[in-house]
Amino acid sequence: MSSALATQIGQLARRSVLRTFRQPASIVPALVFPLMLLAVNTAGLRSATRLPGFPADSYLDFALGFAFMQGALFTTSNAGTDLARDIETGFLNRLSLTPLRGASLLTGHLAGAVSMGLIQSLVYLGVGLAVGVRLESGPLGAVVLIVLAVLIAIGFGALGAALALRTGTGEAIQASFPLFFALLFLSSMNMPRNLMDIGWFRTVATYNPVSYLIEGLRSLIIVGWDVQALALGFGIAAAIAALGLAASAVALRRRLARA
Amino acid sequence: MEGERGIEVEGLVRVFRNGIRAVDGIDLQVEPGEIYGFLGPNGAGKSTTVHMLTTLLPPTSGRARVAGFDIVHEAASVRGAIGAALQEAALDPVLTGREHLRLQGALQGLKRPERVRRADELLERVGLTEAADRKVKTYSGGMKRRLDLALALVHGPRILFLDEPTTGLDPQSRSALWQEVGRLAHEDGVTVFLTTQYLEEADVLADRVGIIDNGRIVAEGTPAALKAEIGRPRLEAIPSDPADREGIARTLERFGERCAGSPRAVAVRLATGAESLTDVVRALDAEGLAVADLQLHAPSLDDVFIAKTGHTLEGSGEVEEPESDAG
Repeated sequence: MSSALATQIGQLARRSVLRTFRQPASIVPALVFPLMLLAVNTAGLRSATRLPGFPADSYLDFALGFAFMQGALFTTSNAGTDLARDIETGFLNRLSLTPLRGASLLTGHLAGAVSMGLIQSLVYLGVGLAVGVRLESGPLGAVVLIVLAVLIAIGFGALGAALALRTGTGEAIQASFPLFFALLFLSSMNMPRNLMDIGWFRTVATYNPVSYLIEGLRSLIIVGWDVQALALGFGIAAAIAALGLAASAVALRRRLARA
Repeated sequence: MEGERGIEVEGLVRVFRNGIRAVDGIDLQVEPGEIYGFLGPNGAGKSTTVHMLTTLLPPTSGRARVAGFDIVHEAASVRGAIGAALQEAALDPVLTGREHLRLQGALQGLKRPERVRRADELLERVGLTEAADRKVKTYSGGMKRRLDLALALVHGPRILFLDEPTTGLDPQSRSALWQEVGRLAHEDGVTVFLTTQYLEEADVLADRVGIIDNGRIVAEGTPAALKAEIGRPRLEAIPSDPADREGIARTLERFGERCAGSPRAVAVRLATGAESLTDVVRALDAEGLAVADLQLHAPSLDDVFIAKTGHTLEGSGEVEEPESDAG
């Protein structure tokens, strides 16, 4: 990587991070809502742990993984909305009049998503540990958990960016939010798949890639080192990131299309 | 050197997907160091032309060279040679003025000490030194436009595109920006391509004016030459007593042909120019006709615009230009 390219990416990343942290309205919900939902679910579904075959003694341990997933959803929304705003204000036009290359634009932009994902993960994990979650995989597991959460944030951030680049409007991003939310709820977020009673729900959750992301995250907390769950979690997160980045790159090229 | 080349446009056309011919075959030439004013109403095709010349939008047909580079085949070289402040004043509300300039400097490839120095220099130049560390969302419209201009100048471009740089500004901010643009062209030798819907702006600032209407250039020349083409001044007299209107009209018609004027006035285009004014006054006096007001109007670009397009600048049809039509 040439030093000019590194500077471009670095400066755009800096802007993306500054911008994220100067908009408290976009950070606070991403930190607070997943924890609120965690508290509500933990209180309401505590008795689920008594089901034969439930994989954890504490519902809190079981549910913490989902907070990371929900945080990633906020990342999608924020990364997409920020980019859509750049398109709406003409800032993207300004950037495209510089020698900036598309790849640095995307990388720089996603740096905001990464930093956000990192902070969210640290907060969820910190709160979780503070209220008594025991991490079966130990301190190294905490690091892996955060890496996986950040990878998921990159993937979902890239999806948000692709959507923004395709549509060019913040409204489209907002409108997609419930869709992503439904995807989350139709997964194994609240219940292990093997304990799902309703057939279609289990089928949907089995085909829903989000289940495997959550199970990967969760395995580090309640199981320890579950190679299969981790391989699926990392594999699917990487696939979503690759898909999101490719879709963003295509949409960006089309948007900056020159004859 | 690339700075020695201006802008050359031949038969440029842009048709949008909805079938609108936003730009319908324009030819123009801008000499280096010249301020070219592209004057026309909303939807005339001004911004679409600027988007094509700045490589943001591919033309449907035709050719253009900017700073000697083809806008289609040498787009990257064009972008390197130009600066552009487009209509939107595209700024990030949560960044400060200084952060904008340093980011822009970095993206333009300036080394760190250079971009710090350049940012300070440009902030000073556009009068934003004191506001440099405030977030842009606290800036007034005029301040945003000045920052926008400074951003376009970061890499020292030889050709500057300004798309309606003063639209929505108060008169004071407007004249401050005019001064700065004038200085850039006349002291630093920067070529300026400026679009505007304000006749006064084109008149004060532009060395040459192109009038665009419905995607076509309908007149081109220096403001003075365009006005001279329309020629003679217009004289308007408002009768003191409306009953004298006919008499005043008959008297004035001896000095020129009737033309359109303000509603209460009798207006003629003077046959011989401003020197006949004293004769007009004497003739009115001799007939015993009293006037409440007598005004001599030198031909304005407004007159030119009406003469060339058949309508006034404000009242023209508005065609929405799709903001983006990539693909």
